[in-house]
Amino acid sequence: MKQFWSNNRFLILRRFTQFSILFLYFGANAWGWWILRGNLSSSVVINFAQVSDPYAVLQMLAAGATISLDLFIGAATITVFYFLVGGRAFCSWVCPINMVTETANYLRRKFEFNRMQGPKMPISRNIRYWVLGLSLVVSFVMGMAAFEFVSPISMIHRGIVFGLGFGWASAVIIFLFDLFVLKDGWCGHICPLGGFYALLGRFSVIRVFHEEGNCTLCMKCKVVCPEHQVLHMIGKESMSVNDGACTNCARCIDVCDDDALGFSLRELAEKNRR
Amino acid sequence: MSLSRREFLKSSAAASAAAAMGMSIPADLEAKASEAEHGWRWDKAACRFCGTGCGIMMATKDGKIVAVKGDPAAPVNRGLNCIKGYFNAKIMYGADRLTKPLLRVNNHGEFDKKGHFAPVSWERAFDEMEFNIRKALKHGGPEAVGVFASGQYTIMEGYAAQKMMKAGFRSNAIDPNARHCMASAVVGFYQTFGIDEPSGCYDDIELTDTVVSWGSNMAEMHPILWSRVTDRKLSNPDKVKVISIQTYTHRTSDLADTEIIFTPNTDLAMWNYIAREIVMRDAKEKIIDWDFIKKHIVFAAGPVNIGYGMRRKGEKSLKPEYDSGAAGKYSAKEMEIVNKEMTTIVSDTEAPALKPYGYKAGDTMKHTGGTLGHWEISFAEYKKSLEPYTLDYVAKICKGNPDESLESFKAKLQELANLYIEKERKVVSFWTMGMNQHTRGTWDNTLAYNVHFMLNKQARPGSGAFSLTGQPSACGTAREVGTFTHRLPADLMVKVPAHRKIAEKKWMIPEGTLNGVGKQHIMAIHRGIEDGLIKFAWVNVCNPYQDSASASHWIKAAREMDNFIVTSDGYPGISAKVSDLILPTAMIYEKWGAYGNAERRTQHWRQQVLPVGDSMSDTWQWVELSKRFTVDDLWGEYAPSGPRKKALPDVRKAAYALGYTGSTTMYDILFANKIAKSYKLDQEDPIQKGYDNSECYGDSRNVVGSDGKVFKGYGFFIHKYLFEEYAAFGRGHGHDLAPFDMYHKVRGLKWPVVNGKETPWRFNVNFDPYAAKAAKGTDDEFAFYGKIAKALKQGNLTHVTNKKKKPLPNKAKIFARPYMDPPEKPDAEYDTWLATGRVLEHWHSGTMTMRVPELYRAVPEALCYMHPEDAKKKGLKQGKLAWVESRRGRVKARVETRGRNRPPRGLVFVPWFDERVFINKVCLDATCPMSKQTDYKKCAVKIYSA
Amino acid sequence: MSKGKKEPISDRRKFIFNMARGVGIATLGGFIWSAYINDAKAQKLLLRPPGAIKEEDFLKTCIKCGLCVEACPYDTLMLAKPGVHKPLGTPYFTPRDTPCHMCTDIPCVPVCPSGALDLQSVLSENKLDINKADMGIAVIDKESCVAFWGIQCDACYRACPLLGEAITIEYQKNERTGKHAFLKPVVHSDPCTGCGMCEHACITEKASIQIFPREVVQGKAGNHYIKGWDKKDDKRVKDAKAIHTQTEISKESALDSLNDSGDLYQ
Repeated sequence: MKQFWSNNRFLILRRFTQFSILFLYFGANAWGWWILRGNLSSSVVINFAQVSDPYAVLQMLAAGATISLDLFIGAATITVFYFLVGGRAFCSWVCPINMVTETANYLRRKFEFNRMQGPKMPISRNIRYWVLGLSLVVSFVMGMAAFEFVSPISMIHRGIVFGLGFGWASAVIIFLFDLFVLKDGWCGHICPLGGFYALLGRFSVIRVFHEEGNCTLCMKCKVVCPEHQVLHMIGKESMSVNDGACTNCARCIDVCDDDALGFSLRELAEKNRR
Repeated sequence: MSLSRREFLKSSAAASAAAAMGMSIPADLEAKASEAEHGWRWDKAACRFCGTGCGIMMATKDGKIVAVKGDPAAPVNRGLNCIKGYFNAKIMYGADRLTKPLLRVNNHGEFDKKGHFAPVSWERAFDEMEFNIRKALKHGGPEAVGVFASGQYTIMEGYAAQKMMKAGFRSNAIDPNARHCMASAVVGFYQTFGIDEPSGCYDDIELTDTVVSWGSNMAEMHPILWSRVTDRKLSNPDKVKVISIQTYTHRTSDLADTEIIFTPNTDLAMWNYIAREIVMRDAKEKIIDWDFIKKHIVFAAGPVNIGYGMRRKGEKSLKPEYDSGAAGKYSAKEMEIVNKEMTTIVSDTEAPALKPYGYKAGDTMKHTGGTLGHWEISFAEYKKSLEPYTLDYVAKICKGNPDESLESFKAKLQELANLYIEKERKVVSFWTMGMNQHTRGTWDNTLAYNVHFMLNKQARPGSGAFSLTGQPSACGTAREVGTFTHRLPADLMVKVPAHRKIAEKKWMIPEGTLNGVGKQHIMAIHRGIEDGLIKFAWVNVCNPYQDSASASHWIKAAREMDNFIVTSDGYPGISAKVSDLILPTAMIYEKWGAYGNAERRTQHWRQQVLPVGDSMSDTWQWVELSKRFTVDDLWGEYAPSGPRKKALPDVRKAAYALGYTGSTTMYDILFANKIAKSYKLDQEDPIQKGYDNSECYGDSRNVVGSDGKVFKGYGFFIHKYLFEEYAAFGRGHGHDLAPFDMYHKVRGLKWPVVNGKETPWRFNVNFDPYAAKAAKGTDDEFAFYGKIAKALKQGNLTHVTNKKKKPLPNKAKIFARPYMDPPEKPDAEYDTWLATGRVLEHWHSGTMTMRVPELYRAVPEALCYMHPEDAKKKGLKQGKLAWVESRRGRVKARVETRGRNRPPRGLVFVPWFDERVFINKVCLDATCPMSKQTDYKKCAVKIYSA
Repeated sequence: MSKGKKEPISDRRKFIFNMARGVGIATLGGFIWSAYINDAKAQKLLLRPPGAIKEEDFLKTCIKCGLCVEACPYDTLMLAKPGVHKPLGTPYFTPRDTPCHMCTDIPCVPVCPSGALDLQSVLSENKLDINKADMGIAVIDKESCVAFWGIQCDACYRACPLLGEAITIEYQKNERTGKHAFLKPVVHSDPCTGCGMCEHACITEKASIQIFPREVVQGKAGNHYIKGWDKKDDKRVKDAKAIHTQTEISKESALDSLNDSGDLYQ
């Protein structure tokens, strides 16, 4: 039991925050709760603070919209927040699609699809930055926030709060894509929102730190990591994971039985190294 | 092109087979099939809803009504309808239509007052009814058996119910919901004319120059008549004036040249103001037609301390009295108002009006129960009674909109009086519930005639005071058939021995059978149940548990006391829910029937379709019940009970002498006697040919009847029998109806129908053969030939001075009647007037119209209409819920400060169609003490956020 | 470059190729993406919440957070979900199902964080005034409206929160019956807010009075002509602009036209 907890504590915590946030949104619409109203695009926290999706605001800007002060402050708040806690922490701690893709990933491993699929598909993880750029261009040309219009993430979180419609289909598509076509396809390759936060995350403060001395090179961490390229230092060097693509999901910390991985503040880690 | 049966079968089979397989069929074959399928039938009928009496045509197809159209040949509506009429085709096919008798039972299937409803057979239903009626008769005699009757009965149903109740059970505890609708108009007619129902007809609208609507939202409640008023106004916009006199602004004011908003109850003072103008200005301006007055009018007065028709001290449910002020089943708060039934203190408002009657402000007025008594007075006395109604006094007490200036209001009053007075100007005064649902409703009605009489503007084409009715057969059934506690058909009265004798003879029952005490009006039935006197009550074609004021009392009495309540209905309304037994009942076009509208027009229709489920008509239910009781069961002696202080005699011997035996059933005597059986069923008769008649033939549903066997019909034309027997009461007495068959050939006829001709204006010798006969040998233009209360004692305003009665043949009366306060007025705590009423989209308690999807969507809930300033002051928001609370109860309703009804500050309007906004729990059951009609238009409430 | 022998591809060339491939795919994707958005944007008959700015700007500005939807006490407002064929995630309402009840405190507008619902547009004298809302205009189909048949209906008129202003009744004699009048509803586009209470109340099978966005329904007379009999109409002059006209016959310059004799002399 204790083992289970220590091997899954961050997973459980992440699921808890993901569900809680959705539940609070849902409660606001269904029962008039006031803790968290709106959805992940923009919300009001405890009737006071406005928080907004900076990527959505960026697209609106590209589309030529006048950004209200509320939105500007809200987007700035979120930017600062993720700057601090790790850009892609959004992906692993908040985004509802994360649950879909992690399930797909888990099943892939369970049924050993990775091995069956043979040689790796020649798909770059940088596509997301292309999509990010493209979304801004399309926003500009079409005069409306382009990704918001097709985003499966929005369809799901908005759908859970305000009615799903055919939104469930987008989750199914991603699930099947990740399961059968491309490992970590959506979150690891395509999603421009992830790309956006990855750019932000390059400079973020809370980071995973690898203690090379404790490492037994079991490589469990690399197996579970959705962005395994960020763990290039495993068994080689004690350092923090500084790649913005790291989602701070802490799955590696969970599975590491040797105390070779843990959270640390970037500054602190750098100091310790010295 | 005619299609033989074979061809038809062939082509329609081909078409349906093709359609089923989704293939296209040759065009000519398709055309043939659709022509054959044109198997619908159009037939005329009357609209189910209001008292206007629009003619419609119904299309039936495959045994169901599929469409409706306005009847272009109907003189009332010429093919038009309002939106309720527009949906006549949809009212019978609601998803929750009742199809089987339902009884409250326990787990063993036994009747249990606290049990749940479960389907039972008709036989079981009648077993339970029979058992409980016998129990009630044993407990309290005929007075313990009550019926909530209806102004929506067909004529035949009303007559069958009345006959079984009064002749069979010897009970007068049958009273219609029409009591709530036009009882004040009836007493007004009796007191003024000595005979019921309006003198004029709808043609007055096209002939008049002035339409004054008093306390009536005709635009919503009588839309087709209102469209005729609108047309009249358009025809001559400068000459024709429309005046709307109301307690709040509503749709009727849209068309009005002048709108007068008055304080509830003060219409009494306004009528007297007009009368005062006429009398006081007469010397100079020669206004009064003295020739007419001398020939046709006497002046009269009666007591004023007649109470407010509430419960009186000493009644069982007011005992014991507690120190807290509460009494019996009534809380201390409720008793604050109920106590006014016994004594009131004369207020500053009413003191000037009561001065000629010997009262001053601060006097204690001791009230005795309502009386119809009155006596003749001199014109001088009448004039004295009018003296207080100066413009200043009347404007001060009447002005209903606090935001209007007194000057503007005075100018309107003067304009109103001048329009009435203007020589050569024809004036029609229309009113409905505002004047009828009034604690002085009878007075208000007579005051209207006063003004018209003095100006000789009554019973003339284009002029007259005209009481409109709310219900489709309030006139035709409730009034003309006499399904009231005190009435027999054609204006006969149960308390008059000679009248009883006429009925007993017609009904072939022994002399002395009929009960002479008819005091159990509809509120007395509710109160009788609460007092434990009435143990069996049957609801017919109405919804008394939703439509009666102080509703909580009656519901509690029905559910918690030892009694048995039966409801016959098509849908599960509040009354059905409150009942112990529910009978599924055929609705209007599922039976042969007839209605009579507000202009005395009788209209018949045939059974269009078979009833839904096992439903059977009210007529059938009454006739089946009559099979359960014999001469020996019902016609023995009954000890005094309830309002009857003398024993009812044993008439069994007299019955044997008439050839009946102890075991002859009421069915044999009242419904299937020799005369009844002479009305033959005949499929060659063009009236009957091809039409269903579920009561007479049975029908293809093979409903298992009250004896456990398939019902195969009575074998004679019972509807025709009932109608003809009833019609015989009035023929030759000023109520002449045409023969049954005639009504199936024409679009209704206005009675009296003499020599095949209808009567447009009564009492006028040029139009009314009865008036012509009465005035024969004179050059009189009028004869008010009504027979009731046509001999009066003499006196002054306060009392009788000469008890010798003076006859007044062919004369009508002008009454001195003062303004008085209603028993409940807004005060510091309950600071707002509440008026209830209807909306165009919904009929009465909504059992039918709330099941028509389009009407439901149009108006899904009852709103509390109020002035935006009031809402603001009370912290209420448009669209938000608020409690409307009186001393009797409270309901939640959404606040509406915009739209169709715009009350002045200090008044709210909440319609009563919505059972979820049960406003009658809030209303006060004060009535006009003379007519016993409840005043739904005023009580005091407080309103606060919910 | 010699034949038959493959030289190793330089990194530079690889890079250029990869870039070109990326741009190519992005262009393709961009076109498909734009076409999809364009299609969905073309939905013109949408009714937006009170205070919504012009549709074009609305689509840009709305962040699709649903706060207006949460604020609506009548569940009138919906966020477009996939499958309803409306711009995804944006708020709209369908009056036949649930109309805007025109709350006097307008809860839906002040909560908007993005300015897509413009508070200023529903203020008069700094107070909330729902009567200033402009969600659309009611349009009557006179063929199916039963009031135009002579039926006494006017359910729309009675349902109108601005009864007597946004909808009035036009009285007209019914010459067929000779004694009844038509009571026909007439919509006045200025006061009409497009709340849809009328469409909801309409008793015909499919509503005979329906709400459409103002720009879809309304024409425009042009500011070069002002009603001489209406003082208020003068305000349109301020939008009147210098006039330049061109028609098929005047598209050539005067000189060209004069010099082009065409077949005039033949």
